[in-house]
Parts: sequence; structure tokens; C-alpha cells
Amino acid sequence: MSDISSSSAEERTINASQMKVSDTDVAIDVVGMHKWYGDFHVLRDIDLKVMRGERIVVAGPSGSGKSTLIRCMNRLEEHQQGQIIVNGTELTADLKRIDEVRREVGMVFQHFNLFPHLTILQNLTLAPIWVRGTPQAEAEATAMHYLERVKIPEQANKFPGQLSGGQQQRVAIARSLCMQPKIMLFDEPTSALDPEMVKEVLEVMISLAEEGMTMICVTHEMGFARQVANRVIFMDQGQIIEQNDPENFFSNPQHERTQLFLSQILH
Amino acid sequence: MAVQDTTAGPPRTAFYNDPVIRGILYQVIVAGLVIAFLTWIVLNTAQNLAAQNKSTGFGFLFETSGFGISFTLIPFDRSSYYWQAFVVGLLNTLLVAVIGIVFATMLGFVLGVARLSSNWLIARVATVYVEVIRNIPLLLQLFFWYFAVLKAMPAVRQSFELPLSIFVNQRGIIVPRPLPDAEIFWVAVTAVLALVAAIAMVVWATRVRTKTGHYPVVVSQASRVAALIVTLGVGYLAISLLGTVVPALSFGPVVPLVGAALLAGLSLTPYARYGRVFIGFAIGWAVANFLLGGMFAGLGEGIIVLGAALVALGIAWTMLSADRRSAATEGKLPLALPVLIVIALPALVYWVTGASLAFEMPVLERFNFAGGLQLVPEMVALVLGLTIYTAAFIAENVRSGIQAVSKGQTEAASSLGLREGDRLRLVVVPQAMRVIIPPLTSQYLNLTKNSSLGAAIGYPELVNVFMGTTLNQTGKAIEVIAITMLVYLTLSLTTSAFMNWYNARVALVER
Amino acid sequence: MSFSFVREQMVDPAPAPVNTAGPVAWARRNLFATPSDSLLTILALVLLIWAIPPIYGFVMPNFLGGDAVPPGGTVEECRLETAGACWAYISARMSFFIYGFYPPAEYWRPNLVFALGALLIVPLLIPRVPFKRTNAILFFVVYPVICFYLLNGGVLGMRPVPTEQWGGLLVTLIISLVGIICSIPIGILLALGRQSKLPIIKTLCIMFIELWRAVPLITVLFMASVMLPLFMPQGTTVDKLLRALVGVTLFSSAYLAEVVRGGLQALPRGQYEAASSLGLSYWKSMWFIILPQALKHVIPGIVNSFIALFKDTSLVSIVGIFDLLNTVQAASSDIDWSSPTQAITGYLFAGMVFWVFCFAMSRYSIWMERRLDTGHKG
Repeated sequence: MSDISSSSAEERTINASQMKVSDTDVAIDVVGMHKWYGDFHVLRDIDLKVMRGERIVVAGPSGSGKSTLIRCMNRLEEHQQGQIIVNGTELTADLKRIDEVRREVGMVFQHFNLFPHLTILQNLTLAPIWVRGTPQAEAEATAMHYLERVKIPEQANKFPGQLSGGQQQRVAIARSLCMQPKIMLFDEPTSALDPEMVKEVLEVMISLAEEGMTMICVTHEMGFARQVANRVIFMDQGQIIEQNDPENFFSNPQHERTQLFLSQILH
Repeated sequence: MAVQDTTAGPPRTAFYNDPVIRGILYQVIVAGLVIAFLTWIVLNTAQNLAAQNKSTGFGFLFETSGFGISFTLIPFDRSSYYWQAFVVGLLNTLLVAVIGIVFATMLGFVLGVARLSSNWLIARVATVYVEVIRNIPLLLQLFFWYFAVLKAMPAVRQSFELPLSIFVNQRGIIVPRPLPDAEIFWVAVTAVLALVAAIAMVVWATRVRTKTGHYPVVVSQASRVAALIVTLGVGYLAISLLGTVVPALSFGPVVPLVGAALLAGLSLTPYARYGRVFIGFAIGWAVANFLLGGMFAGLGEGIIVLGAALVALGIAWTMLSADRRSAATEGKLPLALPVLIVIALPALVYWVTGASLAFEMPVLERFNFAGGLQLVPEMVALVLGLTIYTAAFIAENVRSGIQAVSKGQTEAASSLGLREGDRLRLVVVPQAMRVIIPPLTSQYLNLTKNSSLGAAIGYPELVNVFMGTTLNQTGKAIEVIAITMLVYLTLSLTTSAFMNWYNARVALVER
Repeated sequence: MSFSFVREQMVDPAPAPVNTAGPVAWARRNLFATPSDSLLTILALVLLIWAIPPIYGFVMPNFLGGDAVPPGGTVEECRLETAGACWAYISARMSFFIYGFYPPAEYWRPNLVFALGALLIVPLLIPRVPFKRTNAILFFVVYPVICFYLLNGGVLGMRPVPTEQWGGLLVTLIISLVGIICSIPIGILLALGRQSKLPIIKTLCIMFIELWRAVPLITVLFMASVMLPLFMPQGTTVDKLLRALVGVTLFSSAYLAEVVRGGLQALPRGQYEAASSLGLSYWKSMWFIILPQALKHVIPGIVNSFIALFKDTSLVSIVGIFDLLNTVQAASSDIDWSSPTQAITGYLFAGMVFWVFCFAMSRYSIWMERRLDTGHKG
């Protein structure tokens, strides 16, 4: 799969270092965060500062807590210790703050989670209308704009069940974008897709990165990491084991667990 | 060569091996057998009837019935015709079915949601209910309610007296009979119109909200006024109710009025939630006191007042913390206005027209109650049994309907920033209802069919009146049974037609 | 860049800051997680405190802290004002509830029937036990015949016992077992007919199924008891129990047909194609390939229909057959044992018997469903 995205890299000739990363503007700040499921310590002492405009890829074996980590960032899961500050708002039990954060943070799921009873257009306009109070016509115009960006405007009046997996995932990305988020979280967005559909989704993600979106992606697409990320984080046993820029991360992994992981996934 | 090849064609099969001919043959044989069997039955029946000197035909429907029915919705006596008996039975069936459906739906939805509660105790109580009730035959439950509970009630002279002049004894439940005067008609009309108007207003306001992004100004302004009036009314009620708990707190009309005005004033300030919490506490205290007093009559009054106060404090604490945690209220449809429309308009008409709704109170005389409305124990037992039994099945449908909506749907809605109410209203409920409604409809049909068990405890429904008494008196077995079955067949086919239509309408479009 | 980081020391798992084990933590999580949860818990507790002690006191005998009269007690004890359930009455009339009016000297016959049934059905229900086919033939074909001759007598020097004397749990079990045994083959035929491409057969099957599914069982029983004698040639008498059995069978075969149809529809199309590509005839492909698979998948459905049928057998009491419910109902007017709690104790007893049977079967059906589910995936 890595060669699919690297080939598109050549066509597009993106240079990751050209994409702007702010030095001062912190998007997400995770400080000494721990999380338990019952007695099971899933996330241990996580410290992570994400600057505005960063593209971070989180990798790691399954069960390492990477999905849980990004699900904590919009409080789909709650943490028990430490702090998570998103766009300057600390996540606590306060529902008002949680809603505030979720409005600014988009999330794309492994299984798309489109609303099957609504058309594509209704999927896209639901949140803008009911959360932001956007007038319907305006919300629909925005929705069509993003559907064009993900290259499926002609599907607007179909239902999710009528679309292929790749199309559904692109709709899901467009649905998040309609809320004009400042940060996008991707939870294994290509894992549930047939191989031939991975490329179309990755292309959308690459173009988002080019626009300077702050992104945190949990993914196994190492080609994507190499090409788009400015930082790769490796997690195992609920903790961050190693982080580095992609070049050093792939060519010169330091920790033995990282080396083992990379040798397994890059054959 | 080629010519020979084409003329040879496919190898010929014996005609009895040709699937098409075979199919026709099978069908002819089956149809022949069925016709022969039916003819045999008809001939036998004709012979049997002739031997018993019985005639056939539906003429008996227009003969005088000569029996009375204990409970009828339309006038019926010994001189009425058999077809009227049929109508009485049908109406009685429909009556218990409708009442049963309403109650079973309410109870079933509550139980279904309770089974999925994160509260262990609540979930467990609901599970025990469902597992106990659905594994015991309905007829046994009906016998239990009728013979062991209602028939075991005290004799008329020792009737249980419940609040509001309701009496329970062997002969059923006796409630005050409402005696509406002519003007009440207009109040009823207004009530219906007000309900329609309130719904229309909510629909319209929601539509405008979708189109433009905010609720119509008229509605939001009116809602603010309505909220004030509602606070005033509820506050007055809350303070007056305090007197029912602690006699020292019963005041004249002035104190509650002033208090309500203060509460209404408070609702305009940032401290509005303390006003709401106070109202919740006061009403919770009164209601809990009333319920606990009824449940644990043996305990001292002081303990009950104290226990009720604890429950009410719990309610107040819940409201306070819910208020603190809850998301912003702006952008939500204010419910005060529709509530006010539904309650205040009929009340206004009631007051303006000078209508009065009197009640004829049941009064115990020498041998029985005079006045009041008697709900016969047969009907009470049947409604109770059907409701409790069907609710267990509805609860299971509701539970599986909610479980059918994956957790990912709620998560996706949350991650888009939708608030809990909107998540339920826009994402979860519409999907769950698609799964719930088809089996729910068949539960309604089952309840209607099961109401025929009322015959076993003497409730005069269709099977009892028609298949029972009418059949016995006229001996027209074939006609009576055919008519009865036809009624149920019609109900059932109508229901399945509705279900097919509904399923086709809401089916998720798939590739 | 500055963010390069390598962990030197792994963080060991630590216990959660809030205690998550132990009863207090459990209660906090499951009963008092939020204020509204706490409120609901309190309300439920109040309800339970209100309801459970009186029920417990009513049902339990005095050596367990209740007011009930245990088996072996006297009717005088049951007549006391404070007495709870009169279990003495149940134990005294137990044989009536089990055998009805069956002559006591012949109780060994129904007992043998019960024992044989248990012996045959237990291995049938356990999937691991081999010889399913033989077992099934024994249970579904041979066993009913043996039962009939054993109970009815008149052969091998056994005294004839007319069906009017059969009763109680015996009759309840007979009706439900015969009902299910007869309705399985009819249900399968109807299901196949409904799936058939032949229009006349299909229409006939649909009409038959929908008619019986549309009407309440009580009307079917009335019909069977009133109209069956009319349909027979003059001079034939139809046994009362047989009439009820016919009604129950017609009714449940329609429901079973729909259960089987579900199994047929759930089979992948490939199975049908594979069967016909082998050149098997319709009946052969059904018998050897389609039905075995379809039936295996609808075992939970069949068990569920059996539960429904078992509960529905109580309706035969309305047409005058002495099943379990009717014996309890009849015994409740027994003057020798008349006491204020006589009727309610009888219903409690019958309810418990029905509940134990139905609950056990429903657990079995759920267990089977899970097993089939995992078997399917693996």
C-alpha cells in the first residue's frame, strides 16, 4: 500500500517541509495523561504537544492505545488523570466545554459511521444546521462545495448504503469538513477499505494536509506517513515509545520496539 | 452434417420428466385432492345438518337475541338482535385492545429503555420483569388477576377507599362519574384545537429554524412570556403543595402567589436554576410523601415526611448538577409555549364559557354503591393482564431496536458536536423506530387477538358474546365461526398491509 | 527537530486513581454514577423494600421467616388470618395436578412415559451426543406411538383408560409435544410450498398459513371442537382431546412454516445452485442438502415456537380439557382445602411450573443460537 501513496507523491511533488507549522500556536496539549478501563491501564503518562498545522501520524501495534488516545482528544473517551487542552479549552466533565471542543475538532472513523437513514446531503448539513444554526441553503452550498472537493458531488441525493466504501469514507471526511474544524482526527480511516479504494481516500487526506489542516492520523499507511507527516509517533503498551520526523523515524529508529514494529510492517 | 446436427436438437426427455409438465401435473393433483377433501367435508356437513334438522344461512342475525350483556358501549337488551350482539362484542374487543395497546406501549417502552440502563439495579428489575412475565401463559395471568386478586377484594361494605373517591371491591373499581354540561363540549373542542395548534407551531418553528438558522422571533418572544407564566403557575402549585406535607406550611392564597412571583422574577436572573431546583424539591417532596404514605402505611408520619424529604433532596441535587453539566440552552426549542397553549387555552375557555365539570361521587348505600362509574372486574383484569403481558414483549422489541443502532452512530453524532437531545432526536430515535415499529405492530395485533381470552373470565368481547352465547343459542356453528374468523382475518390483513407499506417506505436504500 | 523523543524507561501499569475494584467502587459505577442514577437507584430500592418483604413472607414457610404453610401442614393452619401461601394444599393435590383423573393404580404408565421422554429428549438436545438421526426417529415417531398405547391401554393386558381421565401436567405435555411433533412435518411442507414456483400450490399454502396466523387460537379450538364433528361422516365421534390436538396442530404448523421459511431464505443461493448442479431431483436436493442445513439454523426458532405452543396449551381448558391450568382451576373450589389463599397458591404453583419449563427452553434456545452463530463464523 505504501507504493500507492508514494507514487501519488511523485505526481504531486509535495514537499512536506513546505507546509507551515506554527511555532507558538498550540492546537492540542496533552499533559501527563493517564486512562484506565476498569483496572486496565490503557494510556500511561502521555505528553504530547500538537502545534497548529502539524500532521502527526500515530503508529503502533494493535492494542497499543493509539485509537483510545485520539478518542480522548474529543472526549469520546474520558481520561482519569492529567490534562487535555484542545484549542485552549480543557476537557473536563463539563458538557458545555465538550460541545465547544467537538465543534472545532472533526473526526473520521474506521467504519465511516454515516447516518444510513439520511441522504448524503442531509448527512453533511445535519450538524451545520443543528449545531451552528446555519441556514439550510447556506449549509447545502457548503456541503456541495466539500462534496466537490472529495469528488463525488453527483452522489448528493443518494443514501450511504448505495455508495462504495471509499466513497462513504470520502463523504465522512466531507461531513467533518462541513463543520469547518480547526483540527481533524483520523481513526484508521483506510483499515476497513478494499485495497483499490485506499488511494482515493488518502488523496483527499493529502490535499487536506496541503491546505495546512492540523491532522492527527492513526494509520498503518506508512507511505502516507513518510509523505505527509511532519512527525511520527510510535506507541506501544499505552505509552509513547518514540517520536521523530518521518525521515529519521523510518531510516533510523532508536527503540528496539520501534525497530521490531517497522521490520514487521515494512517486511 | 450441420443440418443433421441442428435437427437433432437437445436430447428428448420423457414428457413426465419435463419440469414444466411435471409442475402442472403436481398442481393438478394437489388441487384435485384439496377439492375432493373440501367436497367430502361439505357433503358430510350437509348430511349431519340434515340429520339434526338444522338450516343454514345468516337470517339468524336479524332475530331477537333474548339475552343480556353485562357491559356494553351501545344500548343492548334482551330485545336486541343478534347482529347487535355481534357489534357489542366487536366494540368491547376493540375497547380493551385500544386501552391495552396504549398502556402496554407506555410500559413496554419504559421497560425496554430500562433494560439497557447503565444503572445495574434498574436494568436488573426490568430483566426480571420481562423474564417472569413472558414465560407464564397469559391465560394463567388473567385467572390470577381475576380470581385471585380482583375477586378476592373485600365485599362491597368493606371496600378499599383510595384517594379521589375511588373504591375497590369485589365488583370492580368504582370511580366518580364525570357529568359534563353542554359547555364542556367547547372546552373539549378547544383542547383538541390547542393540541393541534401547539404541534403545528412546533413543526413550523422547527422548519423556520432549519431554513434560516434561528427560531421565528414571534415564537421566541412569546416563549419567554410563556415561560414566565408557566413558572408562575408551577411555582404557585409547588408552594401550595408544601402544605400537604407539613401542615404548618399551608398558607392562604397570598403567600404562594407572592412566592410564585418571586420565583418568576428569579427565573429572569442568572440564578434561575435555584428557582427551578426549589420547585423540583417542593413538588418532589409532596409527590414522594403521597406515594410513600400510600406504600408504607404502617410507618409513622414523621419518618415518611423525612424519607420523602430525602427523595426530594435527591431530586434537587440531580436537577442542580444536571443544570451545571448541561450544555447551553440557547438554540433549543423552548417548550414552555406549546405547554402553555395546550393547558391554558382550554382552561381559558372553561372559565369564559362558565362550563362546569361536575363529578357524581359514588356513595355507599345499604348493599351497593349508588352513583359513580363502575369498571367491571372482568375488564380491569383483562386490561391489566394484556398490558402487563404484552409490555414484556414490547420491551424486548424496544431493547433490540435501540441496540440495532450502533454505538458508532452516536459517536459520529457526538464528534460533530450535536448535543445529546439532538443526537437522540435526529440520529438514534429515527433509526431505532424503523426497527421497532414492524414488530411493535405485530405485538398490537397479538394483543388484539389475545383479548379473546377475555372469554375465559367472562368479559363480553367478540368470542364470548358471539362464538359463545350466540353460537350456543342459535346453533349456527359454521356461520358464527366464519364471521368471527373473518373479523380477525380482516384485522390481521389490514395490519400486514400497513406493515408492508411502512417497510417499503422506510427501508434503508442499499446497493 | 526538537520533538525527537525516545522512551528510556517504560511506564509500568499503575492502579487507577479512583478505586475501580471492590463493592464500593462497583456501586459507585453501577448504581450511583450520576445524580439521576442515584435517584433512580433510590426509587427502585424503595419499590423493592415495599414489594419484596410481603411477597417473601407470603411464599416462604415459617422456618424461613415467612407465613406460608409448608407441605404436610393442615387446612386449619391455612385458614388462619395470618397464613400465607397454602403449600400443604398443593402437595395434597399434587397427583391431581400431574395426572388429572388418571386411575392411581395405573400411575406407573404416565411415569414410564415421562421417564422415556426424558431419556430420549436429553441426548437429542445435547449437540455432542451422536446418533442424532436414530434418536430423532425414536423420539418423533416411535415414542408417540408407545405413549399412546401405554396411556390408552387396551393392549398387553393393560386396563383401558379413556382420554377423559387424562389430565394435569400430563395432558399439557402431551398436547404440546404432539402439537410440535405433528406440526414440524406439516410446517416444512407448507414452507416448501410457499417457496415453490408452482402458483396453485404456492397460493394454497399462503392461504392456509395466513388464515391460521390471523385468528386467535381460541377460535381455532372452538372451531375444532364444534365443527370437526360436523365435518366427519355421520356416526363418527371424534375424541375431545383429539379435536383439541387437531386445532393446536393446524395452528402451530402455520407458525412453524414461517419459522422454517426463514431458515430456507437464510441459506445462501449457492447451496440451491450446488444442489441442482449435482443433478439431484427437487425432493432429493431438499432432503439431503437444503433441509438439513435450514433446519439446523432454525432450531432456536422451533424451540421458541414450542415455548409459545406450550404456553398456549393452557387455552384448551376453555374447551373443557383438564390440562394443568384447568386442574388447578378446578381444585381451587375444593371445599376440603378451602382457605383464603387457596386460589392464589394454586396459580402460583401453576405459574412456577410453566415458568420453569419455558425459562429453561428459552435459555436453551439462546444458548443454541449463540452456538450456531459462532459455528457459522468459524
